[in-house]
Amino acid sequence: MSLDLVLQYLTSQSFAHGAWITLLITVVSLLFGVIAGFIIALAQQVRFAPVKVLVTGYLWLFRGTPVLFQIIFIYNVLPSFDIRFSAFWSGVIALSLNEAAYMAEIIRSGLSSVKKGQRTAGQALGMTRLSVLRWVVLPQAARIVLPPMGNQMIGMLKTSALVSVIAVQDLLLVANQTASADFRYFEALTAAGIYYLGLTTIFMFLLATMEAALDPKLRRARATGAAGFGGLVRRIISNTKKAGADNAR
Amino acid sequence: MPAEDTILELVQVSKSFDDLQVLTDCSLRVKKRETLVLIGPSGSGKSTLLRCINLLEPPSKGSVLFEGREISGDLRHGDKVRRDIGMVFQNFELFQHLNAVENIMLAPMKVLGMSRHDAHDLGLELLGKVHIPERADHFPDELSGGQQQRVAIARALAMRPKIMLYDEPTSALDPEMIREVLDVMTELSNEGMTTVCVTHEMGFARRAADRIVFMEDGRILEDAATEEFFGGKANERAQKFLSQILH
Ligand SMILES: Nc1ncnc2c1ncn2[C@@H]1O[C@H](COP(=O)(O)OP(=O)(O)O)[C@@H](O)[C@H]1O
Ligand SMILES: [Mg+2]
Repeated sequence: MSLDLVLQYLTSQSFAHGAWITLLITVVSLLFGVIAGFIIALAQQVRFAPVKVLVTGYLWLFRGTPVLFQIIFIYNVLPSFDIRFSAFWSGVIALSLNEAAYMAEIIRSGLSSVKKGQRTAGQALGMTRLSVLRWVVLPQAARIVLPPMGNQMIGMLKTSALVSVIAVQDLLLVANQTASADFRYFEALTAAGIYYLGLTTIFMFLLATMEAALDPKLRRARATGAAGFGGLVRRIISNTKKAGADNAR
Repeated sequence: MPAEDTILELVQVSKSFDDLQVLTDCSLRVKKRETLVLIGPSGSGKSTLLRCINLLEPPSKGSVLFEGREISGDLRHGDKVRRDIGMVFQNFELFQHLNAVENIMLAPMKVLGMSRHDAHDLGLELLGKVHIPERADHFPDELSGGQQQRVAIARALAMRPKIMLYDEPTSALDPEMIREVLDVMTELSNEGMTTVCVTHEMGFARRAADRIVFMEDGRILEDAATEEFFGGKANERAQKFLSQILH
């Protein structure tokens, strides 16, 4: 094996571009996924029967089939109904819709973890329902939701590699093509792995920063200079340990 | 009693949840600056009655008049009505993500559009009023029950309510903390804050209440001046209940 070649791949334009595409797909899909998931979570609280049926059908469809199937379906089957998207957008749409089905459940449980009395207290002060949602429920739900949502985010970074099957030039496809063209599987895939790990690490830092920002007591501690970079790193390590497990307080 | 003295009036209010009738024809009149204590067995509908007053629960029948205006007709404006009606709960229900002063600041800022600076000043002033000025940056889980309830009172006062409703404000407290909360309530009542309080603290009732209202099975069975009520003039069921909670 050649470390030089790994380094060469790492700094090559095609790998950098592939990593950029992977990041873009991940971030855009997450954004849409969270927004759609939030809407679904709110729709789940609606008692109107048609809405219930629609939501249940959606969750059933997107949780009951593989993401890979959804990607291929949107890219290859929809065009025969004259609905066409580029490979990139087909990937983004499939990943977003799929993500929304899981985010909805996370957000729903976050919203319902805020006890009813908290809403009542807000309402009793003369706040509107929307105001109570924004200033009382969401800030509390966000803290509950962030750790499992973080796992979903990092998961998305990895799931995004599936779009390589519809020829989106993401990191994995670039690595795989390079590897088979040069017969250098080890070096090409090592370079891709390093990129993935780098991106994952950045995500973890962002999440830990967000968690710290949402923790009111940490905010107070920071105001007095008691929390800093060390606290962030400790938070990441503890997040890694409990990865995916609990989202209780 | 001249009508302009009346701040709150319930006229034949009934409430049912599906087929469970919880309140039946409850009528009540509260004068400005008056303090009223509401007692009755558990499940008799006291909380529901309070929640009908500020329209957290819409009455099924009858009407609620606040300052002479019927408020129970159009529930869309419930939030406007509630600005003027403070409420304190058994379990405090302080906002868990905000510290004491922020709990007080939220509604003035988001409902009345008060600036952060003014709201902060108001928050500190009210913490002083409930005797915990030094706890401004403590979070609810860093406060004792008595302190939390006093912050909750301050939070309600921040909206400058015209009437305060308390729903068993001391029942979740350890005995040694009941006094500090009742003292604050008594002070407010003495300053002329119109008060409707569900409580079984008869000491507070004797000290602060102008009238005692007794409920059972969703009906108001007695509504008497405090001296009369404790002077043995209350009806039989109320007497019986009174002797139960005093012994
Ligand atoms: N939201 C509700 N849905 C159904 N039943 C309720 C609801 N709120 C209260 N009740 C019922 O109404 C009755 C009176 O309750 P409540 O007003 O809380 O009594 P109290 O405060 O005097 O103990 C109880 O039987 C209770 O179960
Ligand atoms: Mg009650």
